[in-house]
Amino acid sequence: MSKGFQLMKGNEAIAEAALRAGCRFYAGYPITPQSEILEYMSANMADRGGVFIQGESEIASMSMLWGAAACGERVMTSSSGPGYDLKQEGISYLSSYNLPAVIIDVMRYGVGDGEITEGQDSYWLATRGGGHGDSRQLVLTPGSVQECAELTYEAFDLAEKYRTVVIILSDGGISQMIEKVVLPEPKEHDRSKFDWAIKGEKKKDEPKVKVTNLDRSMDYSAYDAMVRKKFSDMYHNEQRWENFMTEDAELILVAYGISSRICKSAVRRAREAGMKLGLIRPITAWPYPKKAFENLPEGLKGLVTVEMSLSSQMGLDIRLATEYKVPLYGYLTSKYVPTTQGIVDFCKGVLAGDVKELEVY
Amino acid sequence: MADIMFAGIGGQGVLTAGKILIEIAAEHGKNVSWTSEYSAEMRGGIALCRVVVSDEEIGSPYPDYLDVLCCMNEDAYDKYVSDMREGGCVIINRSVFGEKQFPENVKVYGVDAMEIASELENQRGLNLVVLGAMIRATGMMDVNEFADTLEAYFNKKGKASDKNVQCFMMGYEKAEKMQ
Repeated sequence: MSKGFQLMKGNEAIAEAALRAGCRFYAGYPITPQSEILEYMSANMADRGGVFIQGESEIASMSMLWGAAACGERVMTSSSGPGYDLKQEGISYLSSYNLPAVIIDVMRYGVGDGEITEGQDSYWLATRGGGHGDSRQLVLTPGSVQECAELTYEAFDLAEKYRTVVIILSDGGISQMIEKVVLPEPKEHDRSKFDWAIKGEKKKDEPKVKVTNLDRSMDYSAYDAMVRKKFSDMYHNEQRWENFMTEDAELILVAYGISSRICKSAVRRAREAGMKLGLIRPITAWPYPKKAFENLPEGLKGLVTVEMSLSSQMGLDIRLATEYKVPLYGYLTSKYVPTTQGIVDFCKGVLAGDVKELEVY
Repeated sequence: MADIMFAGIGGQGVLTAGKILIEIAAEHGKNVSWTSEYSAEMRGGIALCRVVVSDEEIGSPYPDYLDVLCCMNEDAYDKYVSDMREGGCVIINRSVFGEKQFPENVKVYGVDAMEIASELENQRGLNLVVLGAMIRATGMMDVNEFADTLEAYFNKKGKASDKNVQCFMMGYEKAEKMQ
């Protein structure tokens, strides 16, 4: 298209960006609010010469992904809420095998079945090690349809760079809204370029099984050292965030995904009334952007985490990033998308001393 | 910058009205966002979409105050008129409205959308009639440019019909300022 942009839902932008990044294997299972990703892949994957499978369940499709990833293919799956729970075993195995893969979690509200509407339910699950733990995955949090495309496109490169699972932590708000998006250039992926991938053409001196639980080409201590270095490299190299009007702020909002969008409006509205709000928007949830909190403005009276969850899930990361030195408040709206005025009024209350600090646990 | 809502019941083309508006506004260089809310029914039940059109980067795609409210039915009006900004513009589908006491601080335009769509033998063009009335009421964009892009929009979708643009133009012409 000559105009250079398209109007797309966040979910569609994720799917199209994945195809343009050379993703040629998608397996998934429908669940709101991520189903457009599956639908888009079902409609478009064959034209790009790839494989689309709607598995019989989330677990089955996740396991298929594992196999395709072991062959060096660029692979993706997506889910939401209780469907994302079911991906955990697979994420753990992929992590153990050091296999690159991109997993989309379009968050919704609540525990159990919760609701199919906007929410930020699975921050903890995404950031604290997929599966039964003791592993790390990169977690990227798009704040617009444009970022849905950009971060998904880049996620495949990051996954291969670190040989890690990358999680795109979107939400029902970001994924279901339509905005302009400028899509990245299509590229092809060569799965034969990896020395670790299974190619089905074993050479004489190669081990029969190259991709293993943990990595049995080395001993445990070497494996541990390699994995620890990988986590450390990702932590130090990949912290990303956006500062929005923070330089002179007396109160800084901290929010990602759909909450961050409302926060931007709240910062502008508060400033029109003379209240100096700012926003730190994490773009990586793991590694958490600790560096964003290193040079906070003088005269800052506190931080306010704005989240669509029952408990503050990100609050603990903010406490760690600030080493418990900066007062922290929580505006938690669970099932309801926060309103601009709601945030502004809450911050007025904070500055007036009417709000207790957030307790995180 | 305008915060806009189209609201009515499922089946009235409420979500599509917003999608058409963002397509055309985006073509004309604006930043746009569109979010929707609807119940599980295919027909009936409240359906609405929120549209933001702006020259600047868009913050909240869920505006809490509205500059423009297009009501396809009375329930939508009753529920959302209190969100109007001072000086904002309400457009009502007069075909399904009883007597109303409008708030003093807003402009109100009415259009007999169902009658107009029926006369043009395009009952599903109800939303386009309301869009026409909205462009008249707000002056947000040039009516002829909008009509041209509207035609191209339907052509692109393989749904070319003179009746669509006619519904839009008739809505523009027949919209009446009520307050």
